[in-house]
Amino acid sequence: MATFKDFRNSVKPNWCPGCGDFSVQAAIQRAAANVGYEPHELAVISGIGCSGRISGYINSYGFHGIHGRALPIAQGLKMANRDLKVIASGGDGDGFAIGMGHTIHAIRRNIDITYVVMDNQIYGLTKGQTSPRSAAGFITKSTPGGAIEPSLKPLEVALTAGATFVAQGFSTDIKELTAMIEAGLNHKGFSFINVFSPCVTYNKVNTYDWFKENLTKLADIEGYDNTNRELAMQTVMQHEGLVTGIVYHDQETKSYQEKVEGYSELPLTDIDISLSEDQFDTLVKEFM
Amino acid sequence: MLHQLSWKVGGQQGEGIESTGEIFATAMNRLGYHLYGYRHFSSRIKGGHTNNKITVRPEEVRFIADDLDILVAFDQETIDVNYKELTENGIILADAKFDPKNPEDCKASLYAVPFTEIAAELGTSLMKNMVAIGATAALMNLSEAVFQNVVTDIFGRKGEEVVAKNMQAIERGRIAITGQIGERTGSWELAPADGKRRMFMIGNDAVALGALAAGVRFMAAYPITPASEIMEYMIKKLPLVGGAVIQTEDEIAAATMAIGSNYGGVRAFTASAGPGLSLMMEAIGLSGMTEQPLVVIDTQRGGPSTGLPTKQEQSDLMAMVYGTHGEIPKVIIAPSTMEEAFYDTIQAFNIAEELQLPVILLTDLQLSLGKQSVDPFDYSKIEIRRGKLVIPEDAESKEYFKRYENTEDGISPRVLPGKLGGIHHVTGVEHDEQGKPSEATGNRRTQMDKRFRKLEHLRFDNPVHVKAPHDEADVLLVGFNSTRGALEEVQDALNAEGIKTNHAQIRLISPFPAEEMSALVNKAKKVIVVENNATGQLANIMKMSIGGHGKIRNVLKYDGTPFLPRELTNLVKEEI
Repeated sequence: MATFKDFRNSVKPNWCPGCGDFSVQAAIQRAAANVGYEPHELAVISGIGCSGRISGYINSYGFHGIHGRALPIAQGLKMANRDLKVIASGGDGDGFAIGMGHTIHAIRRNIDITYVVMDNQIYGLTKGQTSPRSAAGFITKSTPGGAIEPSLKPLEVALTAGATFVAQGFSTDIKELTAMIEAGLNHKGFSFINVFSPCVTYNKVNTYDWFKENLTKLADIEGYDNTNRELAMQTVMQHEGLVTGIVYHDQETKSYQEKVEGYSELPLTDIDISLSEDQFDTLVKEFM
Repeated sequence: MLHQLSWKVGGQQGEGIESTGEIFATAMNRLGYHLYGYRHFSSRIKGGHTNNKITVRPEEVRFIADDLDILVAFDQETIDVNYKELTENGIILADAKFDPKNPEDCKASLYAVPFTEIAAELGTSLMKNMVAIGATAALMNLSEAVFQNVVTDIFGRKGEEVVAKNMQAIERGRIAITGQIGERTGSWELAPADGKRRMFMIGNDAVALGALAAGVRFMAAYPITPASEIMEYMIKKLPLVGGAVIQTEDEIAAATMAIGSNYGGVRAFTASAGPGLSLMMEAIGLSGMTEQPLVVIDTQRGGPSTGLPTKQEQSDLMAMVYGTHGEIPKVIIAPSTMEEAFYDTIQAFNIAEELQLPVILLTDLQLSLGKQSVDPFDYSKIEIRRGKLVIPEDAESKEYFKRYENTEDGISPRVLPGKLGGIHHVTGVEHDEQGKPSEATGNRRTQMDKRFRKLEHLRFDNPVHVKAPHDEADVLLVGFNSTRGALEEVQDALNAEGIKTNHAQIRLISPFPAEEMSALVNKAKKVIVVENNATGQLANIMKMSIGGHGKIRNVLKYDGTPFLPRELTNLVKEEI
């Protein structure tokens, strides 16, 4: 059986020292080993930006796609090979700006993949512009007078879009993060995991210390029930989104693949793709 | 007896014009006639003039006739819009309900037939189309029996009574017109057909069937005119072979999902038209850079922007050839007949996998939606070639697999995710042989050259459809996609007048078949490139690839309507 070390490769990440993404990478590697995957059974599909590089830093199949399009690539891959374990990953710009349309619809569609967002509330690779996750008033190169738009609320958006699994982690708490990624990988459907992953170079507001001060663990809230969507929404709103843990988990709803009529139980990659002469004749005759 | 009949039905969208044409055409097809049907319609659900013109012949027909013999009109607008196409011997069968008026300069005679009234007497005015078909049958000397099995196929599930009523409507229509025109009954009788059963399909059907036969098991698409029928066909058929279709949130997702599926090892594609292709350009670039197979169908329609969504145009050519930023190898195929649409689609998937690059299969609205009789496709000609798909030799390897190995032919072995020993990285960033990002100058050149070298190994039979009887021709006619039928008629007409005319229909737009086209151009005094666009895009592509620019002329039409043979003959003559 593979250990987390088997998911390491020799590539040295080009992230800044202290970047939150290192811990997210480690948590994915640990979670993959803990749920019993072998490296060749896993594909990590990522977008563009600092976080998008993650597909190259994990010893598994990896696809570093286009900005904002990790999710459609990942969904297409999973439809092709339903036995493959698929993780999509990227940053808050990738998932909540350019790729927001795909994020909402991937959540609605509920294909059985796990989506890990590394949320640092800033554009890092382009050297410090505002993100949809930046708070109003946040000063960046593109918002010298402070961001005018309010920050997007990913957990509320996910819950509204009909998510079947919503979680939020903080990159320093590797244990909690690993556990929630494991739960996401085991979830039969689309699992959405937002991770606060501080940018130490361009975000001097939402720092490690800032998060430590402001985050509340859902596990510490008495009576919190993550199968109750209404309660989840209420709790997230009360805490202005600054919670960690599994926010919502619906184990009843079937995944997209289980609902598609006629969809092969064997991976499509494993079935014979040629039509028989009889099949073909039948199709031709329908036009006569 | 006629050797060709042109029939048109028109009225308001949403009042059964479609089914009238469909029933008439299906019956004629089953008698063994060759048909070419073309619909005029608008981008709205109900209302607005629509018509369906069907050219019927005992021999093959690949064009829309200039003239009209019989016009079935359900409103005055149909007469006013279409009467000029009618010949002197033509006839208008108009519903008496709207008190039809024949325009003063109309050469044809008009008969008001109580279509709606008869249908209402039989129980429902919806059957007015069947009454009109009955009247048509009388003019063509066809017995009601010809329509029996078509009516049974369409209405059978609604019960015997509905079938009987519809057959009665046909009978009543026949009686009504016979009473009015007396001895002209049967004047539009067609020479007999061979009775052979053929398919009757639109180009989109041929493409979709081709995709299914090619082994496609996944499709991602976003609805758009005139491509949607491809997706709708796949939605019906893919579940029968274990596959699936996802209607995506947009065309960006459609193309990238198809890439994801191809990366996984399943033949997948998407189909759209100009506006969708504009959104897919980044995905096409990704496919080129990451060397993932991708097939995109572009059913061209009137552009730019939303343009003319339901009208014919061939103006995406340049966008397809040069679209996406940066430089990637790309193959663009442009079938010009139903048969080519089917077999070329299969080739598109083979090429995409063999060369590991994006293939765009270009059609146009006329080819995609024009409905034609086609001889059944040949199962034995279906060939699936998957290229260098490999299982890693060393399953224990800890090294990344060289997915982008710099091979002699430029094509690297391809291993699918999930395979032991095949782990590698794929990225749209410039990368080394293992797929790891690399900005090194030497590597950049190596990988760029490797990607483009693949095109030298393209296998595509007959990149130009040629009919060149003359070693020294006065004129070479050049076109692509659906103009083929009209151009063949023009060629015959010009040759009959003693103008030595050759014809080339370009089937492979990129890489451009320079050698073949050069030879043809050299044999001609004048080259006339016929295109449904305003800027002569094909002529420009020719000029970028071959010489002889001084003799290249354009005949262009960009009003949304297809070329008609006689009209085109006259336009070409003006250029000679």
